[in-house]
Amino acid sequence: MFILKLLFKNAFRHKLRTSLTLLSIAIAIMAFGLLRTVVSAWYSGVEASSATRLITRNSISLVFPLPLAYKDRIRQVENVTTVSFGNWFGGIYIDRKNFFPNFAVDPKTYLDLYPELILSPEQRQAFLRDRKGAAAGKKLIERFKWKIGDLITLQGTIFPGNWEFVLRAIYRGRDENVDESQFFFHWDYLNEALRKTAPSRADRVGFYMIGVDHPNNSSNVVQAIDRTFKNSLAETLTETEKAFTLSFISMSEAIIVAIQIVSFVVIGIIVAVVANTMSMAARERTWEYAVLKTLGFGGWHIAGLILGESLLITLMGCALGMAITFPGAYIFKKSVPMYLPVFQVEETTLYLDLVAFLGVGILSALIPAWRAIQVRIADGLRRIA
Amino acid sequence: MSPIVEIQNLSKSYRRGDRRVPVLQNINLDIQEGEFLALMGPSGSGKSTLLNLIAGLDQVDDGTVIVGGVNITSLSESELAAWRATHVGFIFQFYNLIPVLTAFENVELPLLLTGLSRRERREHVELALRVVNLEARMDHRPPQLSGGEQQRVAIARAIVTDPTILVADEPTGDLDRVSAEEVLSLMERLNRESTKTIIMVTHDPRAAKKAGITRHLDKGLLNDVHSQAPV
Repeated sequence: MFILKLLFKNAFRHKLRTSLTLLSIAIAIMAFGLLRTVVSAWYSGVEASSATRLITRNSISLVFPLPLAYKDRIRQVENVTTVSFGNWFGGIYIDRKNFFPNFAVDPKTYLDLYPELILSPEQRQAFLRDRKGAAAGKKLIERFKWKIGDLITLQGTIFPGNWEFVLRAIYRGRDENVDESQFFFHWDYLNEALRKTAPSRADRVGFYMIGVDHPNNSSNVVQAIDRTFKNSLAETLTETEKAFTLSFISMSEAIIVAIQIVSFVVIGIIVAVVANTMSMAARERTWEYAVLKTLGFGGWHIAGLILGESLLITLMGCALGMAITFPGAYIFKKSVPMYLPVFQVEETTLYLDLVAFLGVGILSALIPAWRAIQVRIADGLRRIA
Repeated sequence: MSPIVEIQNLSKSYRRGDRRVPVLQNINLDIQEGEFLALMGPSGSGKSTLLNLIAGLDQVDDGTVIVGGVNITSLSESELAAWRATHVGFIFQFYNLIPVLTAFENVELPLLLTGLSRRERREHVELALRVVNLEARMDHRPPQLSGGEQQRVAIARAIVTDPTILVADEPTGDLDRVSAEEVLSLMERLNRESTKTIIMVTHDPRAAKKAGITRHLDKGLLNDVHSQAPV
């Protein structure tokens, strides 16, 4: 109790200095937390992926389509339960800055395959019935203040022209990892238009989404599908949904690595800031350490006092930083809803904050503590004179 | 009766650049239990160095220092620290109280190294503060106390562990005349009533007068003995 009291009193001898240090730690911990959350948000699609879903695309590239005729042949592969398909539509809503992911899908099979998209039965039926109908995620609805029955026009980029849809359903995610900012509509609507305007592009799909009866059978199904279309004009590449999502993320791996490096650089900077504070405090108190040594306290007692003070300051700064990470994340999420739709501070991030607190607290105290241990009593007492 | 402090053939020098400067040369000194000894001499004569060596704050080059039967020159750093905690009480010129702690907490500091319970520590601290007549100011921090009061708190801190010897380095050097007189009277009373062995370094002849014995150091050598009747 006495020691804890002494640590508190020592920590706040220079109120302004300690307050500024606390603020620096808090901001750094918040920055660290937000950067780690950006990384985890990037991987949220991976977390949401199912072990019983596969994606089949053209083996050359996702840009090249696959014939619609593959659907029935894939359906015949053993252990396949559902086959759905779709195209990345890439439509623009009013302005490019209003980006959100939009797909043309086979609605019935798609919704069967993605049970994590929750729609009310009425809206589901309404969506399935209306060929021009569309479904959108809850966050997208909130963002553009749409309501059921609204006419939504997307300007096609891959498929030129103005495309009109009627909003028939709003989905919400079954859990936090589900992206609620997507927009999807009937693939048939797209295909019928293409038959009239660009027949060469009709009856072709961007990718197949395949349901497997058991995760253990995924590997066999992957091989079976790709074997089926071997040496065809459009060879396929089938992979698990997780691998498919990761392949997308790997395209932006350099950015992720950069963010991770910056997050640790932030911690490195804060080590320097706290170490500077502790060094100044220890230098000012050299005579006190000499007095304590005179009274019989050992070098390790002194080191313990410095380490304790460093940990205390870091802990307070870290607690403050963790507390402001949540409102910070909320503001961040509101600012860029379209790029990182799932942006939540994870428990792991908080544990990393605590590891950072321990690391910063210990590393910052090392040099001042070592110097305090080394100081000779006579030299320390001379500082007073 | 064997002396409480026995110093034999003690030499000490400091390194200044690449040469050694002798500070104490072949010092032999016995201090009896219950003595109040004043060490006087000009600046740089080695008084404080001798005091530091007796108190185990510094290492000798040659010779031995035996305090209470323990040859402290053979102790390691950590053994010396443990020995100081129970056998030596320090009184410094500038009081050296921890500014963020109250008078009570400053006096309690040395007791943290003992196995005493919180209640026992409280009893010891209150007794020590009563001896220096500062019970009423136990919750004040050093900046709220006068110089004389701070030095009395320092004396309470020095005696709270009931050490074998008390060492004082210019205890009145930073005090006005009245406060200095109070502090010296207190030390004298401790010596007389509790038979505490006190070794005091001082420049002040008035302070030296309070001591039973005065020894003079000059250029690292001990000179004549001045025995005095207690004042």
